[in-house]
Order: sequence, then structure tokens, then C-alpha cells
Amino acid sequence: MAETNDVIIIGGGVIGCSIAYYLTKKGIKPLVIEKREIGTGGSSRNGGGVRQSARDPRELPLAMHGVKNLWPGLSEELGSDVEYCQGGNLRMGKTEAHIKFLTAMVESQKKLGLELEMVDGDRVKEILPYASDSIIGASWCPTDGHGNPMLTTLAFYKKALEKGAEFIVGESVEDVIIRKGKVAGVRTDGGTYDAPLVINAAGVGARDIARKVGLDIPMQPRLVEVIVTDQQPVLFDQMLGTAGSDFYGHQSKHGSFVFGGMTGWEDREFYDHRQVTKSNTAPATCRAILDYFPWMERTNVVRAWSGILAVVADGVPVMGPAEELPGFYFASCFCGHGYGISPAVGEQMAELVAEGRSTLPLDAFRFDRFLPKN
Amino acid sequence: MAESNRRKAPEGEYVPKADDDLLICRCEEVSQGDIRRALHQGLRTMNEIKRETRLGMGLCQGQTCTRIARAFIARELGVAPGEVGLPTPRTPARPVPMTVIARDGIMDEAAGEGI
Ligand SMILES: Cc1cc2nc3c(=O)[nH]c(=O)nc-3n(C[C@H](O)[C@H](O)[C@H](O)COP(=O)(O)OP(=O)(O)OC[C@H]3O[C@@H](n4cnc5c(N)ncnc54)[C@H](O)[C@@H]3O)c2cc1C
Repeated sequence: MAETNDVIIIGGGVIGCSIAYYLTKKGIKPLVIEKREIGTGGSSRNGGGVRQSARDPRELPLAMHGVKNLWPGLSEELGSDVEYCQGGNLRMGKTEAHIKFLTAMVESQKKLGLELEMVDGDRVKEILPYASDSIIGASWCPTDGHGNPMLTTLAFYKKALEKGAEFIVGESVEDVIIRKGKVAGVRTDGGTYDAPLVINAAGVGARDIARKVGLDIPMQPRLVEVIVTDQQPVLFDQMLGTAGSDFYGHQSKHGSFVFGGMTGWEDREFYDHRQVTKSNTAPATCRAILDYFPWMERTNVVRAWSGILAVVADGVPVMGPAEELPGFYFASCFCGHGYGISPAVGEQMAELVAEGRSTLPLDAFRFDRFLPKN
Repeated sequence: MAESNRRKAPEGEYVPKADDDLLICRCEEVSQGDIRRALHQGLRTMNEIKRETRLGMGLCQGQTCTRIARAFIARELGVAPGEVGLPTPRTPARPVPMTVIARDGIMDEAAGEGI
């Protein structure tokens, strides 16, 4: 006989674990089903950016709420250090075209209430003395920062577990069970679990899950990579990016630099579900970094890996109930920026599930935005 | 369902043991107690424990401690080492300076480089 739960969450990434934790705060003890390991997807592989600047206007309220109200106390609340560091975000430019692009971004975001500004080369040097002279300006958002994605995911997991959520790790959800037009549970390769409410937080697997119930999301996987250096003296605490998006990164609490980078061809790459590193990505990333920080020449790279982004057509996640199927909820498609908003997403999704409404409106993320237009 | 897949709230507080201070990972100074604590809190696989404690993430990249750690975790959990798994191996095999990686695939003909 299938066991009965109030809520089942598919996927033990940072999103699934965050929702699970905030649900336990509402007195709901969900069952989370993860097919591999906790945080094995993008959640342990990302660059750790907790960024409001350059966010889509639809996502910005979640990002700002998280930075103001959730991130600062998160380590304490979860009882584990998530290494949150509010060092600001410096997005650097080297050409007039870069400055023009950044200025337009800054102007549009200021209108949305975010505190950020354009700074010139001298000011960049003050903020980040280690930057090369070729940087002529940057956007500067002092309230942005970074955290440790591996520790954040595990911290949500451990706290959710402690507060009564249960996890099944090592089983893959293969079908969503529907009875009388409503969600009734899931079937995995190991068993059947009943629940009137199922949340699809399966990361890159979310499209397959949605298709099981006849809903399709215009989402494509994209392989991107990260490199990590050996331990260095602590030099800066900002999250860094570039106008050309050729690399981004920060220095971790441990002292290693964590840099993400790309070749620019990621969306045209052959994709075969394997999280491999490509021979040309790390070289492209290192060239981009050395262009901004020539003194890193002799810094050793000790690890590199890839991760898969769940990139959706219009660049913002799919969240909330699917009107087509009562009991089926999305928390999917976080593209390249789901880590920074993960506490806010968990909190708001838990409100939505427990109380039927969330403090911050999630309407812009509804699935039905993809239905054919008439 | 395989009952071994299920994870529930830890029972009670972690009770320290006499040999908790013994180091398993020398590079990152991860002790037996650090690993036991992680297990107590619900972590199970090598990758999870690596991400939580930095086990095997230091200078030697786990070349010294991985197998010792796996045997220790298996003993603590009362399972076969094979069930604990190994951490995902990562490139490069040895630390490589950024400038070397940056020049990969680029030929400097004047210096007689390239094939
Ligand atoms: C290299 C890289 C850099 C990034 N940088 C940043 C950054 O700096 N800042 C930022 O905010 N975001 C960043 N991101 C994005 C961020 O990592 C993701 O948006 C976020 O991790 C999404 O979390 P998730 O829980 O939705 O997905 P995931 O972490 O992928 O979790 C989904 C889980 O579902 C499981 N699953 C899938 N299918 C099934 C199934 N059928 N049954 C059971 N379980 C299943 C998977 O095994 C996985 O563990 C980056 C991502 C990558 C890859």
C-alpha cells in the first residue's frame, strides 16, 4: 500500500530543500524525493552569486526581499554557516560599448527601486584595488553578494530533516499519479507515494516530469562550467562580473577563487545529459580572467566541473499551481540565477501551498504564460 | 521502497566520541568527529560529506584520504564501502596555473610553439 503524505516535492536541490524547510515552519512535513544525492544538480555547482543587479524586473522583488530579509539571518536560522557575504557586486567594463550597456542597465534598475550606480575606473580601483587598469567603469550594487551554494543546499536539507521533513534519496520519480482529474501522488522506480499536492522542483528534470501530466515547458538544458583555484590570501569580498559576461566569480571564505565562465557557444553545444567539462571552456574562462586580473597568472586551478542550467524561453522561473491539474505545482526553470533567490522562493512557495496565497505576487511566473495565444 | 533510501530526523543530540579529534583529511583538517557529525545530521554519500566538510578538497585533492574516509564512513554506517560510493573525480589531475590553461590551443608561432 502506498504511504500518504500532505505534500511531495520532486527534487532535492536548493529549491526543493528550501521549500521543504519553509513548509516545516508552517507545520507541514513534506516528503522530498531526490533521484541521486542532495544538491547534486546545479545547486552544488553554481557560482554562488546572490545578486539583485541585472535581474529581470519580474524576479527583482524576490531577489530584493531575500537580500533584505532572509539572507542576513540565514546561517543563524538554519544553524549552519552558509558563508553569506554581502560584499557588493561589481560588473566591470573595458570598452565604451560595455559602459553604454551597463549604464542602460543601471538606469532601468534604479527605476525599479534597486540601489545601484555607475562608477568610473578610479572608483573601481578603490573598491577593488586588484583590478587591472584596463577597466574603465563598472556597475556597483553594494547590497549584492555571494554565498556557498553547497553549504546552503545542505543547510536547508539538514534543518528540514530536523524539523520533520522526510527525504527519499536514490529513487527517481517516473510518473505522477492522477485520480479523478486531481494529483494523487507519484510513482518512483522504488515505490508509490500518495499525496494530494506535488511540487515539481526537479531542475533540469522538470520538463520530463511536467510532460508526464501533459504539460510542456519551453525549457532547454545548457551546460556551463566553473573553475576553482587553490587557497589564496583573502583579497576581496565582492561578487564580480563583466559587461561581456565572459566570466564571473568571487573569493570563497576558504580563500579559493570560484570563477564561472563560458565560450559563448553554450546554447549551440551538443547536449547528451553528461556533465562533462569541455576542452575549450576552462581556457576561455582563464583568458577572460587574466584579462582583468593579470596577476592571477600563476594561481593554480585545482578543480573544474560543469553544471546544467534549466533555461526557459523567457528567462524567469515557472512557479505556482498549474490550473490544468489541481494539486500540481511548479517550482522549476531557475535558469542561471536560482541560487540567489532560493530562500525567497522557498518561503513564498510554502506560503502559497499552506495558505493559498503568497506575500509577494508570483503571478508573473505562472505556467499558463506559455499557453498558445489567441 | 528500499528502506535504506529514506532519511529522517536525527535522534537526539550528537554524542561526541573519544577519538573524534583524529584527522582523516590532512589538507583540510577534517576529523572523524566532523564526519560523524555530518552523518548524524543526515548526510550519507561521499559527495555530500565532501561538500559539507571540504573532505578531499585541499592540496592533494583527496588522493590521500578518499579511501580512508570511505572505509571510515562505511564502518560508521555499518555498510559495505561500495555502498558509500566515491566522490566525483574532477579535472585537472594536478593543480595547473591559469596561464597554462589560458594558452591551451593557442599557438605562438614566433616562439616555435604549436603542433
Ligand atoms: C555553473 C552554474 C553557475 C551558476 N551560477 C549561479 C549564481 O551565481 N547565482 C545564482 O543565483 N544561480 C546560479 N546558477 C543557477 C542555480 O544553480 C540554479 O538556478 C539552482 O541551483 C536551481 O536549483 P534547483 O533546485 O531548481 O535545481 P537542481 O539543483 O538541479 O535540483 C533538482 C534536483 O532534482 C533531481 N531530480 C531531477 N529529476 C528527478 C526525478 N525524476 N526524480 C527525483 N529527483 C529528480 C535532480 O537529481 C536534482 O538534484 C548557476 C548554475 C550553474 C550550473
